[in-house]
Amino acid sequence: MSDTFFLNGKETPFKPGQMILDAARNGGIEIPTLCYLKGAAPTGACRVCCVEVKGARSLMASCSTPVTAGMEVFTDTELVHRSRKMIVEFMLASGRHNCLMCEANGNCRLQDLAYFYKITKLQFPEKEISDIYPTEDENPLIVRDFSRCILCGRCVQACNELVVNRAISQGYRGAESKIVTGGDLPYHESECVFCGQCVEVCPVGALTEKKAKGLGRPWEVTKIRTTCPYCGVGCQQWLHVKDGKIVKVTAVEDAEPNKGRLCVKGRFAYDFIYSEDRLKTPLIREKNGEFREASWDEALDLVATKFKEIIKKDGPDAIAGVSCARSINEDSYQMQKFFRAVIGTNNIDHCART
Amino acid sequence: MIILVGTNITEAHPVAGTFVKDAVLAGAKLIVIDPRRTEMADFAHMFIQLKVGSDVALINALMNVLISENLYDKKYVDSCTEGFEELKKKVMEYTPEKAAEISGIPADTIRELARTMASIKPAMLMYTLGITEHICGVNNVMSCANLQMLLGNVGVEFGGVNPQRGQNNVQGACDMGALPNVFPGYQQVANAEARAKFEKAWNVKSLPDKPGMMMPTMMKNLTTGKVKGFYVFGENLANTEPDIKQVEHELQSAEFLVCQDIFPTETTRFAHVILPAAAWSENDGTFASSERRVNRVRTASVPPGDAKPNWWIFKELAKRFGHEWASNSAQEIWDNEVSVLAPSMAGIKYARLENDGLQWPCPNADHPGTPTLHKGGKFTRGLGMLKAIDYIPPAEVPDKEYPFVLSTGRRLYHYHTRTQTGRSEGINDLLGEETADISVQDAMANGIADGEMILVKSRRGEVKVKARVTRQVPEGLVWMAFHFREACANWLTNPVYDPVTQTAEYKACAVRIDRLT
Repeated sequence: MSDTFFLNGKETPFKPGQMILDAARNGGIEIPTLCYLKGAAPTGACRVCCVEVKGARSLMASCSTPVTAGMEVFTDTELVHRSRKMIVEFMLASGRHNCLMCEANGNCRLQDLAYFYKITKLQFPEKEISDIYPTEDENPLIVRDFSRCILCGRCVQACNELVVNRAISQGYRGAESKIVTGGDLPYHESECVFCGQCVEVCPVGALTEKKAKGLGRPWEVTKIRTTCPYCGVGCQQWLHVKDGKIVKVTAVEDAEPNKGRLCVKGRFAYDFIYSEDRLKTPLIREKNGEFREASWDEALDLVATKFKEIIKKDGPDAIAGVSCARSINEDSYQMQKFFRAVIGTNNIDHCART
Repeated sequence: MIILVGTNITEAHPVAGTFVKDAVLAGAKLIVIDPRRTEMADFAHMFIQLKVGSDVALINALMNVLISENLYDKKYVDSCTEGFEELKKKVMEYTPEKAAEISGIPADTIRELARTMASIKPAMLMYTLGITEHICGVNNVMSCANLQMLLGNVGVEFGGVNPQRGQNNVQGACDMGALPNVFPGYQQVANAEARAKFEKAWNVKSLPDKPGMMMPTMMKNLTTGKVKGFYVFGENLANTEPDIKQVEHELQSAEFLVCQDIFPTETTRFAHVILPAAAWSENDGTFASSERRVNRVRTASVPPGDAKPNWWIFKELAKRFGHEWASNSAQEIWDNEVSVLAPSMAGIKYARLENDGLQWPCPNADHPGTPTLHKGGKFTRGLGMLKAIDYIPPAEVPDKEYPFVLSTGRRLYHYHTRTQTGRSEGINDLLGEETADISVQDAMANGIADGEMILVKSRRGEVKVKARVTRQVPEGLVWMAFHFREACANWLTNPVYDPVTQTAEYKACAVRIDRLT
């Protein structure tokens, strides 16, 4: 009977040390979770993954209970579902989970569970508004809406165990509990480096991207995979695009090399492309030093004419060019091809050396 | 074990930094070698706060200990490398005591560091511009390679000498041959066979055989008249190059300057023609990351106004010289030209890049790519070359008039000259101005308060900037970035270069700091 257990009556293999949740998922049984975060130590904080284990005094949190050989686990009993539903009902009463006004509407695990359990009205009295911590809206990038926080702790785990920025932790006690920075300061006055990993892992609408607010619901956007335009790590991003405009950027989970992580620039510094400052038309400098707008034909003809003159007078080596280490490979290829094959010089370089 | 040398990884490559921190939490040993007490020093088992520019002396002394105490990987050195005897002779001159004088690291700490390095295998060495941006940048890199070969750490997974590339596609721009000496895939322009291949592919009678000028030479020659036409694609040279005053004089001297960019910049002011380009996410293409991974970039938006993809602009220009280029998209350029002409990328086609990309060398369509180079200690040139290297100090060292070392780099929230991050909402709110970072000791000695405006002056220029008093910076050092025009460090930096690569010494020049009141 080594390395198998019984999952809803079916003999199922497991690896020593594996938690019930992982072993069950491997065995094809989905168990809902809220606090579980891959890659971090399980906390069993939300209890929504509870299962029945034969012989146990109470329901067990499957994310943090290791499987033992011969263990009999039941994931689909009336007791399990009644408990999960009640947990969700408690959470719904713990704050203001009004989906219509929530940025996470359509991308919320709590909403999914409330829907699954066909919850139509609150079973418990809602927490008084005066007992809810006010929303932090003053930092430039991340909205912290404590009325939607279910204290699952995923953000704390992501911050401390995945990206190890150690900016937030569980604060206060009991009904006063709150996710806090050091000294309970707003993000921008704390150790937070705005990588936004907390937002990435928040299962509800407690942490959302400020810049994305109101720009598109999850079902309205198309997700396009791309590579970050900042440093040389090459993080993989999802661009959330609505009507041809990026409304939000998230990380591609399980992708190499970033495995679902981004930094402040990758996550939040995407909207420069929509700046009004963008160059929109070719410009030619007049004799008086002012630039005037020109057509592509005029501008390109001028460049070609000038370069031809220089080549004729001083030879191709009197022209030099630097390519762009920000732009795509194909652009650099074209530029060096233009310099070598068309101008006839190897005076082509870029900023790698400086 | 991970060895970080001259890399402020949590700010310059934050996501890579998270994985290093994860490794430490999981039990890996971490050694951090840097003049500044970077965030990573808090995670390090040994933090070696060496003096700016003393890397070669320190590494030579480490190798001195490894050899003297017989701690190096003799088997690896014997079978996979050459040049050991010359290296040994040289490093024997660098006793820990001698290196201690140069680097400021006590001799016993150097011994302990060498022993620690020899105690764990494999060890991965990562460096960034703290190694390269010196007049001895090439020597610094070769010293890192010497050390790692001596430890038997090259050609193994989780080992190697790993530069963290600064820009998203600096690797790719090199791979594509935007360099004066090589065609795409690092095929030498001086090689007749390579030229013949490209002449045929590009349908031209002949291609130039002499390597061209490197960028600093190009710019210098704008003032001599040797270079008359200058084409700047997506670079803001007027802020990024050392000694802005001189750089602007050079740009001003161009007979004909073409700038191709997405924004007006300090550089485009000097242009005769400005060509508006499509930006990231406005066309399809590929980037190559630090780990030689070719990844897809995809279109999400349309370019504004008349802005066009850069590849299209070059194609249109070529047409005006009678060259008709067939490829009409980035994919056609890659699939039909790059991968056909560069053997190391022959197996990389767009159809294979849908998920996590491919790491070159990837020589054929079935090849899975190459995450680790020099596997099994087999080097491209055969044996790994150990090279005897001498320490040389930075070109400009502190003196009575300019008693501080200025070192420069990048901060977390901004990227280079802020053309992009400065126009992304919210980022300026997180970091809105430049500071000169100085030590607590120097602040006290000079009566400078945190946040006070001071004057930082070098032989080339001066800037008024806010002082940031921080324990990150040791006594005698001033540290600044080049994100903000007014207080850009490059008004001060020294335009001296590594003789081989012409990489500028951004990491060391002499300055003085004065209170304004």
